[in-house]
Amino acid sequence: MLAALEVTPAWYLVLGSLLFGIGAVGLLVRRNPLVMFMCIELMLNAVTLTFVTFSRMLNDIGGQTVVVFVLVVAAAEVVVGLGIIVALLRKRPEASADDLALLEG
Amino acid sequence: MVELFVFGVAGTVCLGGAIGVVASKNPVHAALSLVATLFGIAVLFIAQEAHFLAAVQVIVYAGAIVVLFLFVIMFLGVDQADDLRVEPLGGQRIAAAVLGIGVVGLVIAALASTDFEATGITSGVGPLADEGTYDINVLSDALFTRYVFAFELTSVLLVIAVVGAVVLARRSRRADEIVDPGQEERAEQIAERIHRAEVRAHVYDAPSEAELEEPGPGSESEEVKA
Repeated sequence: MLAALEVTPAWYLVLGSLLFGIGAVGLLVRRNPLVMFMCIELMLNAVTLTFVTFSRMLNDIGGQTVVVFVLVVAAAEVVVGLGIIVALLRKRPEASADDLALLEG
Repeated sequence: MVELFVFGVAGTVCLGGAIGVVASKNPVHAALSLVATLFGIAVLFIAQEAHFLAAVQVIVYAGAIVVLFLFVIMFLGVDQADDLRVEPLGGQRIAAAVLGIGVVGLVIAALASTDFEATGITSGVGPLADEGTYDINVLSDALFTRYVFAFELTSVLLVIAVVGAVVLARRSRRADEIVDPGQEERAEQIAERIHRAEVRAHVYDAPSEAELEEPGPGSESEEVKA
């Protein structure tokens, strides 16, 4: 029975949507700014998986090119975001996402 | 059959890691779960013949970004466990779960509406690598011809990110004063301790010298001259 199952690109797309959903729920539920950032990375990875899958479905290199740009933007975003988190947590080590207003001014 | 096995294992690792990121109390465990997810996605890239992207995924994400996360966690010492039982906003988790299921359901419904087939037009950049060519060649052709302007813009973005990180992580002088409020008190205590030690030294062995030197020959001779 298992041998009859064939992995179609649709499986990858469903997996990507599940990963995106888990990341979105985590971003909404968790209060620790570091874990929220990891959830954003999870969502970005779900989207890159979808891009690669569509690239294969359409036989087009454009999707993989976008993934390279997503990687660069994710790296830049992590650098700046972790800088903000370091600035926040240095003042209040137990700070949650609600305390980002401390950085005002 | 092989692809089914690979997809099953890598997909399970991906989903397990993702749930680990969301559900683990300790940020360090969340970061390690993120590594599992990233590796699983790299395996899925290889299964779809995007070899270069799989290598970049492992190097950049697992090698740089997660290490940066762990570095910040260790550097700030925020690796204590969160208490996940308290729910700061009432009903937030239920609302988040409904929204997550809604997002997933919407995407799957959109896919099902076209029978899980891609219907868009292609970008016109070129086809994927076939027999005899490598995906890195095709990808670099696209990056350095049609997308070269966007590629150069990413270098500007990286420079801006570096400058921003330096500005944000720099410790300002005013912040130093706030960080150590008891500094003056401790300085006074240390000065007092040094003073006491000096007094003790005078009491036990210095007085003879001090008494000899204080009405020393210099002052006497000056008095004589005067």
